[in-house]
Amino acid sequence: MQAYLARRLLALIPALFFASLIVFVTVRLVPGSIIDMMLSQNDVGADKLSRDQLISTLGLDRPMWQQYFYWISGILLHGDFGRSLWQNTPVAELLAARLPITFQLGFMALVVALTIALPIGIYSAIRQDTAGDYLTRSFSILMLAVPSFWMGTMVMVFPSIWWGWSPQVNFVPFTVDPIQNLKQMILPALILGTSLSAITMRLTRTMMLEVLRQDYIRTAWAKGLSEPLVVVRHALRNALIPVVTLIGLQAPILIGGAVIVEQIFVIPGMGLLLLDAISQRDYPIITGVSLVIGLSVMLINLAVDLSYGLLDPKVRYR
Amino acid sequence: MTLAIDIPAPSARAERSGVIRFVARLFREKPLGAAGGVIFILFLLCGIFADVLAPYGMNQISPRNRLLAPSWAYPFGTDNLGRDMLSRCLYGAQISVIIAFTAATLATVVSVAVGILTGYLGGKIDLVAQRFVDAWMSFPDLIILLVVVSVLGPGLPQIIGTLGLLLGIAGSRIIRSAVVSVRENMYVHAAQSIGASTKRILWRHILPNIMPPIIVLFTTRVGTVILAESSLSFLGLGVPPPTPTWGGMLSGSGRTFMFQGPWLALAPGLCLTVVVYATNVFGDALRDLLDPRMRGSR
Repeated sequence: MQAYLARRLLALIPALFFASLIVFVTVRLVPGSIIDMMLSQNDVGADKLSRDQLISTLGLDRPMWQQYFYWISGILLHGDFGRSLWQNTPVAELLAARLPITFQLGFMALVVALTIALPIGIYSAIRQDTAGDYLTRSFSILMLAVPSFWMGTMVMVFPSIWWGWSPQVNFVPFTVDPIQNLKQMILPALILGTSLSAITMRLTRTMMLEVLRQDYIRTAWAKGLSEPLVVVRHALRNALIPVVTLIGLQAPILIGGAVIVEQIFVIPGMGLLLLDAISQRDYPIITGVSLVIGLSVMLINLAVDLSYGLLDPKVRYR
Repeated sequence: MTLAIDIPAPSARAERSGVIRFVARLFREKPLGAAGGVIFILFLLCGIFADVLAPYGMNQISPRNRLLAPSWAYPFGTDNLGRDMLSRCLYGAQISVIIAFTAATLATVVSVAVGILTGYLGGKIDLVAQRFVDAWMSFPDLIILLVVVSVLGPGLPQIIGTLGLLLGIAGSRIIRSAVVSVRENMYVHAAQSIGASTKRILWRHILPNIMPPIIVLFTTRVGTVILAESSLSFLGLGVPPPTPTWGGMLSGSGRTFMFQGPWLALAPGLCLTVVVYATNVFGDALRDLLDPRMRGSR
């Protein structure tokens, strides 16, 4: 197990190297000079930062490989992601403030998704080809097609027209008022969670169907075990492994969706930080946020791989 | 003595009847998928003939008819500038069709090129390329899109290029695994042993045999691209206004007026949902019929 963990952590190094390279190169893709663009747009302008100052802030006076080395060693050695071009706050500080909010949203959405997907997926597998099965399956394919930004928009518009109710947009941190915070987060989490639940529901159904046809399930029935016991103890545990993998694969979708939901409900997480940074062309924040998001996705996938051992006694890490 | 054996190529007519038979099978076995296909073709026609079909211009402002509820004259209502929502939705379909097809084609070409090269050649190139794809896929699509658009500025070519490259690299995994399984077939070994060039093997033996996953990949990409573009437009970073896009109509200035005219929120979202739903079920049906190995995967 330890050897496996060590190997997986080592494998993260090349992945992170490529990820940092992708972020670094993408932001420097701009044809011509970033400086000209920044000066021409949003009046970053002459009054705040001079051209030379900007160049040295961005480190653009050095060759590309040196820039990369400087940037990455700052992050690795001092946790220094640079400073915001606008507020001059360290990007690391901004990230530390915003990351927990997005994680909370993502976690709540995941809980919502699983609470919807698992029972319904199991139900439509053990009642295969009944009306209920068809209904839930059609619903899940439909949910795949409804964009979360449309659902969010409708949730903002219609309750307000019908009942004069609208979601609160002044964000309250969990540490200040947990109940108020949860009240505020539940709606975005529901929207993000339902759109996420569709694929999970489908996979749960498929895997349950496959497992329910196995010999050991027939044995369990033949022993006269009750339905809940057969389904939960014997079938579900075996069906769950691919479902857990899927959760790992969905991590990027979850984070991408969070950007949109945060925008609609004005939740000050990573997504809103990124969008604000993009509208202000604040490149240190953009690179910082993307890198942290990439790293989070990799770590979530590592955690998913490690969780197989808990779920499946057949899996031994070598 | 030559070993070459002439295998008669299927005539054009036989191939055509094969297509017809496939469509008949689609309708018989997958009625929902076939319905999705029909809606998908309607969407294409709406996009292609938007100029002819739209009763009003896409930006034809008529201040007297501001925020009218849906009626016979304006089936989808009008917006805060008195523009006809039906016409704007039709022109929105046009943008979606253009982006969906160019970006999905680009994505498929990139997937096939990368997938074939890494899958067939293998070795160190493959190893490095796979680590790169790992890293690439750990970024949410939307994040890469946002970052690239923030650098290059919003616009049709940037969006198409980025989406094509983005989904192309992600999809190369699927093509690669198809190539790896085809690579080990007897006919490939046979071709190698009679000294066929790599280029010939790739074109004549590998490519024709991975056509089903390629077609399926393309159809699923169309839906993904439409959703991605509309998300981007919703965030204000898509094709810049006043060009109507489905995502863009749900954001921006329209948003403030939705409380007075809720139909503004309905029409574009419904268009989007119906088209994406149709492409999804159509893609699923194609996958089940063409490529049994991919059944249930998504």
